[in-house]
Amino acid sequence: MSVPHALLALLREGPKYGLRLQNEFESRTGEVWPLNVGQVYTTLQRLERDGLVEATGEGERSQKRYRITSAGERELAAWLRTPPELVPPPRDELVIKVLVALQIPGIDVHEILQVHRRHVIEVMQRYTQVKAAAEEDDVALALVADAELFRLEAIVRWLDAADVRLKQRPSLAPAEVADMPLEPTHPMEVSQ
Amino acid sequence: MTSALELRQVSKVYGSGPTEVHALREIDLSVERGELVAIMGPSGSGKSTLLTIAGSLEGATSGQVLVDGVDLASVSRSDQARMRRRSIGYVFQDFNLLPGLTAVENVALPLELDGVPSKVARATALEAMEELKVADHADRYPDELSGGERQRVAIARAIVGERGLLLADEPTGALDSVNGEAVMRLLRAATQRGVAGVVVTHEAHLASWADRVVFLRDGHIVDQTVAPPGPESLLAGGGRR
Repeated sequence: MSVPHALLALLREGPKYGLRLQNEFESRTGEVWPLNVGQVYTTLQRLERDGLVEATGEGERSQKRYRITSAGERELAAWLRTPPELVPPPRDELVIKVLVALQIPGIDVHEILQVHRRHVIEVMQRYTQVKAAAEEDDVALALVADAELFRLEAIVRWLDAADVRLKQRPSLAPAEVADMPLEPTHPMEVSQ
Repeated sequence: MTSALELRQVSKVYGSGPTEVHALREIDLSVERGELVAIMGPSGSGKSTLLTIAGSLEGATSGQVLVDGVDLASVSRSDQARMRRRSIGYVFQDFNLLPGLTAVENVALPLELDGVPSKVARATALEAMEELKVADHADRYPDELSGGERQRVAIARAIVGERGLLLADEPTGALDSVNGEAVMRLLRAATQRGVAGVVVTHEAHLASWADRVVFLRDGHIVDQTVAPPGPESLLAGGGRR
């Protein structure tokens, strides 16, 4: 989550104080990403240094109000259109665990896959509870929860596919497994 | 307390000799009123067979199936049929609404088949449709409704009257993910009002609406989730990214 760009987006609606930016950031991200007010002011100072926001004078209790500059508007527009980093981590821990399990005689790999499947679905149940407890028209929270749910579901689908592949090829020779690349060629974590 | 559904050592074998297939093996499963259970598993794991046996649409080879404490094998075929109409509601992937009947007539049908006078059946059906927010479409025919609306009508038909057990086989299969989620919300709401629900799905994000997820493999229950600790546990530790 890019806090600087989220603050620029909020300032595009008009000048705001730091405390208000903190409250709006949290409510619009479904309160899933807490942000402390110190972090807001540090970020605003950095944005001011870079010419992306400017102070519009001081209000009550010497609080500064900030507004977005035209350079800030351009930066925000460019950021919205820049694809996020989609390259997976160099070694996916779950893939490594399964490949290692394949090399150990006497290990039931299907049982290992099931342990991880259950764990992932239990985490998904918790995100779904967040969604179920929220108002049905809380779009921001639904979008945040959906992003996590579909990312996790991609892991479940990989586990399901691994189960079927291993069932179809039950006698994978250890030497064959040892030759498998530990860096996955298909990014498992990239689901969206 | 009597479970709404209880399977005791249920096995199902199709064919015999070399073509014998063990679809279910010694399944033990209880579902309480107020609980939504999702069944997940790969193709051929026995998910749909479990559901049809739980709903007495077919019999088990061995073991017992109890609905509200009544062993289905101990009652006559006509009593089984009555139990299916009165106690069990079914939701299917392709809705299974009768095209020649309006939405409210479809919902009232199981009551009328059970001898409830037509006016009373219609009023009860409209109440169920109100709950599912489709009462406005009561006099429309199925082909005049969207996929999501048809599935709401199908769920209204499944919960109408005093049904204690709701069985759903891939009920969101024909819908996009947001409409699929709406169906899961409705199934969850129905169970929270005191019905026991069992839903078969292969989609993890839909199964996660259930209180408990049961995993089937080769006809066995191999695992199930434990009650989640609550959403607040996700927020501990600050921002996630």
